[in-house]
Amino acid sequence: MADLASLDISFTLNGAPQTHSVAPFALLIDFLRDDLALKGTKRSCDVQVCGACTVLVDGLPVSSCTSLAADIDGKSVVTIEGLAEHGKLSPVQQAFVDHAAMQCGFCTPGMVLATTALLERHPHPTEQEIRHYLRGNICRCTGYIKILEAVKSLV
Amino acid sequence: MRLAPFQLHRPTELHAALALRAQFGDDSAYYAGGTELLLALKARVLRYEHLIDLKRIVGFDRLARDGNDLVIGPLVTHLRLATDPLIRESLPAYARLSDNVGNIRVRASGTLAGNLCFSEPHADPPALLCLLGASVTVHGPNGERSVPMAEFILGPFTTARADDEILTAIRIPLPTAGEQFCYRSFGHLEYPAVGVAAAYQSQAGAPRYRVWIGCIGDNPIHAEPVEAALAGVPPQALSDVLPQAAEAMAAELPATDDIYGSADYKRHLAAVFIGRAVLESAGMPGGR
Ligand SMILES: Cc1cc2nc3c(=O)[nH]c(=O)nc-3n(C[C@H](O)[C@H](O)[C@H](O)COP(=O)(O)OP(=O)(O)OC[C@H]3O[C@@H](n4cnc5c(N)ncnc54)[C@H](O)[C@@H]3O)c2cc1C
Ligand code: FES
Ligand code: FES
Repeated sequence: MADLASLDISFTLNGAPQTHSVAPFALLIDFLRDDLALKGTKRSCDVQVCGACTVLVDGLPVSSCTSLAADIDGKSVVTIEGLAEHGKLSPVQQAFVDHAAMQCGFCTPGMVLATTALLERHPHPTEQEIRHYLRGNICRCTGYIKILEAVKSLV
Repeated sequence: MRLAPFQLHRPTELHAALALRAQFGDDSAYYAGGTELLLALKARVLRYEHLIDLKRIVGFDRLARDGNDLVIGPLVTHLRLATDPLIRESLPAYARLSDNVGNIRVRASGTLAGNLCFSEPHADPPALLCLLGASVTVHGPNGERSVPMAEFILGPFTTARADDEILTAIRIPLPTAGEQFCYRSFGHLEYPAVGVAAAYQSQAGAPRYRVWIGCIGDNPIHAEPVEAALAGVPPQALSDVLPQAAEAMAAELPATDDIYGSADYKRHLAAVFIGRAVLESAGMPGGR
C-alpha cells in the first residue's frame, strides 16, 4: 500500500491541471489558503452554514471548510481567483461591482461563486429561485437587496 | 478547526469496504458526503483513526426504477433527488423535500443515505419515507437485509443499522395512481422544528388520508388518530373535522422544550402543519 501519510491528488484548479500531495485529513480550505496561498476563500462559521468558504467543485458549490482536500482528486475546482480572465472581471463579478453589492466584502467570494454556479445551470432564474439558491450564503452587511439586484441584472 | 489525523481508505467495491471495516473495527467509520461526519470530527465529538470513503464504490450512485420501486443508491445526494426527472415526475413531493434540505452546498454533497444513517431527530426525510412505505437495504459481513423505514430510525442518532453495516439502497414503492403526497416543514434554524407528511387517496368514493409527523419525538410518529378521524371525509368537508383532529393529535405529541422552540410552540406548529399538509395533499385551498 502507498504511503498513507499523504495522498497524491490531481485536479484542475481554475483551469490549470495540478498534482499535489496532501494529508488525508487536510481540509480543502486550509489546502487552498495555506498551501496554495489562495486567500480569497474565507472561513467564517466553519460549520457549513454561512457560505464564505464556497468554492466550485465540478461546477457545484461546496463548503471548503467541511470538505477534504483529498476529495478534489480527479475534479475541477474553481475559486474566486479563477473567475477573472486576463484582468477582466467575470460578468458576475462586474455586476456585483456595478450594483455595489458588497460592503466589507467577506461574503462576496462565496456569493459570487454561488451565483456563478446558479447561472451556469439556470441562466434565467426567478427572484424566488435566486433567493432559494443563495439562502445558504449569509451577508451581515448589505441586507441582501443590492446582491439581489446584482444577480437579477444578469438574468 | 482542523481535523485530528486519520487515514483515508478509498475502496472501489462493497466487499473491500466491508473488509476494511472488519479490519479496523470501531476505529473506523464509513464516509460519504461528510457533511455531518466532518463536522462531528472537527468538533471532536467523534474520533476515528480510519475513514472508509464510499464515494468510489462502483454502482453506489445508482438512481433508477426497478420494477415498482425507486432505488436510491448510497451516493445519491439531496441535490440529485431534487432535480432528477425520475423523482420530479414520480414523487414530486419527495423532490421538493430534497430541494429544501439545508443549503445548496449541503444538498450538493450530502447524501440521503448519510442523512438516514446519522439519524438527526430533526431530519426531513424519515417522516415522508415512512409515509411512502420505503425500506432500506443494509449490507454487513453476513450479507444483506432489508429494514422497513418505520423500523430503521430507533431514536436520536440511533438506527437499526449495525456499525459495520453499509446502507446500500433506499427503496421507495412507486405510488399508485390517484395517491397524492405532500410534505410540509417549518422552523427557524438549519433543521425544521416540525415536519408533516400527508397522503390523500380517493378510492371509489372513499377518501383515505395518511399522516406521519417528523422532528417531534425520537422517531417519526404515525398519526393514526388523525387518519381515523378523516377516513371517508371528502376533501370539501375537511374543514369540519380536520382542525379538531389536528389539535387533538398535536396535544398528545411528545414535544419537549429545546432550541427549536418550547413544547407548546411545537404542538401549535404541529396542529397548523398537519392541517396544511392534509389540505395540500387533497388539493384543497388552505394548504398554504
Ligand atoms: C448546515 C446543515 C443544514 C442541514 N439542514 C438539513 C435539513 O434542513 N433537513 C435535513 O433533513 N437534513 C439537513 N442536514 C443534514 C444533511 O441532510 C446531512 O448532513 C447529509 O445528508 C448527510 O449525508 P453525508 O453523505 O454528508 O453523510 P456523512 O457525513 O458522510 O455521514 C453521516 C453518517 O452516516 C454514516 N454513513 C454515511 N453513509 C453511509 C452508508 N451508506 N452506510 C453506512 N453508514 C453511512 C457515516 O459513518 C456518518 O456516521 C443539514 C446539514 C447541515 C450541515
Ligand atoms: S465557513 Fe464554511 S460555510 Fe461558513
Ligand atoms: S458584505 Fe460584509 S458580510 Fe456581506
